[in-house]
Amino acid sequence: MRQFLLFGSVILVGILFISRLFYLQIYSSEGHNLYEDNAIRKVYDYPKRGFVYDRNGNLLVSNQPSYDVMVIPREVEPLDTLEFCNLLKIDKEKFIKTFNRARNYSPRLPSVFVSHLSKEDYAVLQEKMRKFEGFYIQKRSLRHYQRSIGANVLGDIGEVNSRIIEKQPYYKMGDLIGKQGIEASYEKTLRGTKGIKFIQKDRFNRNIGPYKDGIFDTLPKQGKDIHITIDATLQEYGELLMRNKRGGVIAIEPSSGEILAMVAAPTYNPNILAGRERSKNFTKLFNDSIAKPLFNRSLQGVYEPGSPFKLMNALIGLQEEVITPSDRVTCYAGYKYGNRFMKCHCYIGKRNDLISGIQESCNAYFATTYRKILDKNNDASEGIDRWSNHAKSFGLGNFLNNDLYVGQKGRIPDRDYYKHVYPRTFYSTYTISNAIGQGEVATTPVQLANMTAAIANRGFYYTPHIIKSIEGEDIPEKFTERKYTTINKEHFNPVIEGMHQVYKNGTAKWLQVKDIDICGKTGTVENFAIIDSLKTQLTDHSIFVAFAPKDNPKIAISVFVENGYWGSRFAGKVASLMIEKHIKGYTTRKDMEDWLLRHTLENEYAKPYSGKPFNINGETQFQLVDDNEYEQLKEHLRKIESQN
Amino acid sequence: MVRETNRHFQFDWITIILFLLLVGFGWVNILSASHSGDIINYFDMSQPFGKQTVFIFLTFALIILLLAIDAKFYERFSSIIYIVSMLSLIGLFVFGKNVNGATSWYAIGGMTLQPSEFAKAATALAVAKHISDLNTNINNLKDQIKTFIIIIIPAFLVLLQNDTGSTIVYGAFFFVLYREGLPKYYLTIGISVIIIAVLALKFGATIASSIIGVLVFTYHFFNKKKITLFQSFFVLFLSIGISFGVKFFYESILKPHQQDRISLWLRLEKDPVKLEQMKQTFAYNLNESEKAISSGGFSGRGFMEGERTTGKFVPEQHTDYIFSTVGEEWGFLGCSLVVILFVLLILRILHLAELQKSQFSRVYGYGVASIIFIHFLINIGMVMGLIPTIGIPLPMFSYGGSGLWAFTILIFIFIKLDSNRINEW
Repeated sequence: MRQFLLFGSVILVGILFISRLFYLQIYSSEGHNLYEDNAIRKVYDYPKRGFVYDRNGNLLVSNQPSYDVMVIPREVEPLDTLEFCNLLKIDKEKFIKTFNRARNYSPRLPSVFVSHLSKEDYAVLQEKMRKFEGFYIQKRSLRHYQRSIGANVLGDIGEVNSRIIEKQPYYKMGDLIGKQGIEASYEKTLRGTKGIKFIQKDRFNRNIGPYKDGIFDTLPKQGKDIHITIDATLQEYGELLMRNKRGGVIAIEPSSGEILAMVAAPTYNPNILAGRERSKNFTKLFNDSIAKPLFNRSLQGVYEPGSPFKLMNALIGLQEEVITPSDRVTCYAGYKYGNRFMKCHCYIGKRNDLISGIQESCNAYFATTYRKILDKNNDASEGIDRWSNHAKSFGLGNFLNNDLYVGQKGRIPDRDYYKHVYPRTFYSTYTISNAIGQGEVATTPVQLANMTAAIANRGFYYTPHIIKSIEGEDIPEKFTERKYTTINKEHFNPVIEGMHQVYKNGTAKWLQVKDIDICGKTGTVENFAIIDSLKTQLTDHSIFVAFAPKDNPKIAISVFVENGYWGSRFAGKVASLMIEKHIKGYTTRKDMEDWLLRHTLENEYAKPYSGKPFNINGETQFQLVDDNEYEQLKEHLRKIESQN
Repeated sequence: MVRETNRHFQFDWITIILFLLLVGFGWVNILSASHSGDIINYFDMSQPFGKQTVFIFLTFALIILLLAIDAKFYERFSSIIYIVSMLSLIGLFVFGKNVNGATSWYAIGGMTLQPSEFAKAATALAVAKHISDLNTNINNLKDQIKTFIIIIIPAFLVLLQNDTGSTIVYGAFFFVLYREGLPKYYLTIGISVIIIAVLALKFGATIASSIIGVLVFTYHFFNKKKITLFQSFFVLFLSIGISFGVKFFYESILKPHQQDRISLWLRLEKDPVKLEQMKQTFAYNLNESEKAISSGGFSGRGFMEGERTTGKFVPEQHTDYIFSTVGEEWGFLGCSLVVILFVLLILRILHLAELQKSQFSRVYGYGVASIIFIHFLINIGMVMGLIPTIGIPLPMFSYGGSGLWAFTILIFIFIKLDSNRINEW
């Protein structure tokens, strides 16, 4: 038996080894993955990023070359530092500091020595580069914004961070990715696919040569050019009108859902986020927590819609058959419910029907309508859910699910929403503010514009979107299919007539534009801020929605101007002018244009931060821009006019 | 006359062919692991593969010499060979050349010789000679001690030269002595101590002792006749002693790098950050070698196509880590082939040893098989992460003249002895 000990051990070890080999080489070996193999260096070849054009084919975004000076510290030979520093326009201290940092990072791997050289510096440097061993110039591509407009639409690109790399392994350290706007929402289309070269390296990280003579290498796939729905001229015009104001403007083509203009004010020149100063400028924009230029008010600003929401209540009332267009409601300069009173600016005893109710924006009329809707079946709980569903069918209270990079849901309350405030009894009067678009109702400018487009279309809308076309590709079907509202087509006509009367004889009669039948609705929204822990009322927000022409509408627009007071004062003017600009291509109401350029709301915005008591609404003085700035704005206006 | 002419053909060709296959395949892999760029000259003496080519040619001369010498010479001169070999080890303390922290080499001209490799063969001869002596009885404690001394002298000398790996190889002689009648309790105690030591290191001395306690008392409960309660307690206390002894040995006597190797092997380190650090430092070799083997897959990346081998990611790949080249370039098929060749070679030698009529030849044959086995076990086990890192070469396969010649001597002396068994009486 004794001879079997070694004999057995040998066989046992043989089996054990083969099992272990099976485990290592067959069971746990995931095949060979070139990308994860640290013996192969991957060198990427970056494709050209796609260009962005507006709806008329004007180039908005292209690329510009940028040159970085790279260094491989180990390969650096003694050099004429003085000459080198002069060429790069840096001082010797910076040279030593940067060099040491690069060497600490890795003596063998390339580091950026000076980034984003200007073309002129590059031209001079290129001639002399061979004198400086260990340094070389790396070409990169930056974005170039042809016209300094639409920063909130176009967005910008920046280096990926480690969180993105973890989630999307396509990106490697130093890669660029769209951070906001179009650049972010159409990132994959614009960027293309980078090519790759595999290079065999040794354990000291040195290149030995192409891996397998390059049979696995791929060529880069170019990024695709895209056309967006924005009309660059209208966008520029809108941005100019909104100068020195805060708020958002969204213009939509009702027959397609295409966004013609999307203005967020204040804005900034998109070119400041491309190039050497990017991080400095971004920090500056990011840290401006008062004006918030990076906050896209047209998409992210959630405001109480105010009077434009009365249109919605009118439509729901007609659909629910609790009112007819000819029913009249007597206004007592307000509406009394219980022991409370909602004021209105009608004279006492005025009897409004639907059209004059909209025309005069009568609070009493819509409070009555709202209560009729909710109390239809003597059950306000069920009533508010019905009401809520109608409103939601216009795309309110939820994300529009479009191709814009940011968005907000807004809020259309239903019974559930009020459950924790009114757990048991629930009457229509509890939520009466919803009748006039205040209280719990909240929308974003893009949602209001979409609501207006749905009214303009008499009952349907297309999801508002920004993509017009991608080289040889159809845009997604969700943007070309009609979304129907729950309101029947015939109920829209009286409401539209009301809106038309707003322009003819109502709250916007001073905003009329020759030859265009505009339908609109003003809004004036009370708002509050917490100052020194006190709820303080600020000047009302100025809101306006409109579409035109009345038949075959070409544009639906919503304008929101923070603290602009009543609806036709700021917002209405912007809306009328942009409608005229879009439909006619030029403007005739030079008086309104002038007025808007002349007036600034900066004094309103400074109030809450002044630390002093202040007046609001009617008691404040207008502030005018100084002549110098006014001239500049006029000059800009002339430039826009010359584009046609 | 007939017998005279046939004598040259009575060598065991199976052993010789297995030997040559291993040497040849080894050379192919050394070529892969050590070439840099295009190979112009296979005898390029500035490259390991070039030197190995020369070593292999010299090996053939050595084989002819070994087979030409009369078989009786090895038995008669075994004592002298042993003494000369021991002197060569002692001489290292005076004339030795230090390479990688071990003073194990003589530098002669441009060549280096490692006497510890040859000492294994000398010791095998001496042990065979001593045990086959008619006056020796292995069951006798005095003779056991004498045998142990023969083995311990070279083991101790190489340990002094910081060559721990070679020391462990002398443990191979346990198989030889056991085959020749060493009492069974050596085996029982040996295996028990290894199990207790591993348990104590992995789970701590207390848990290890408890496990042994439960096992012993359960055994006692079912087999009261075989083991008394007193014996059970004795075994338990002994295990407790060994457990704590091993813990103490591990923590206080072993050097830090040896502790690290054991800690890595038994997966004692749980902290992922430290594990990552280990992979960058002392576990780098092992980690790279496992990756290289794993990347080979079923059929390998192909001769000279392994990127880890080409990029020289595994340090010492042409010497101790040569098996990782096989793994990457020849895959599961190539590795299994190497394992099977070794198993066949060892089993063939064992089989021949059992056929020997002379006890000297049998013991020597057993020694040869055991030494190859231990090298095979430790080297391939280490490269695949099955046992802690111990630096010894893979016989016939790894780069190095001394190793190759030492195993040639070891094996071909046995082949010569075997060819002579017809003449034994």
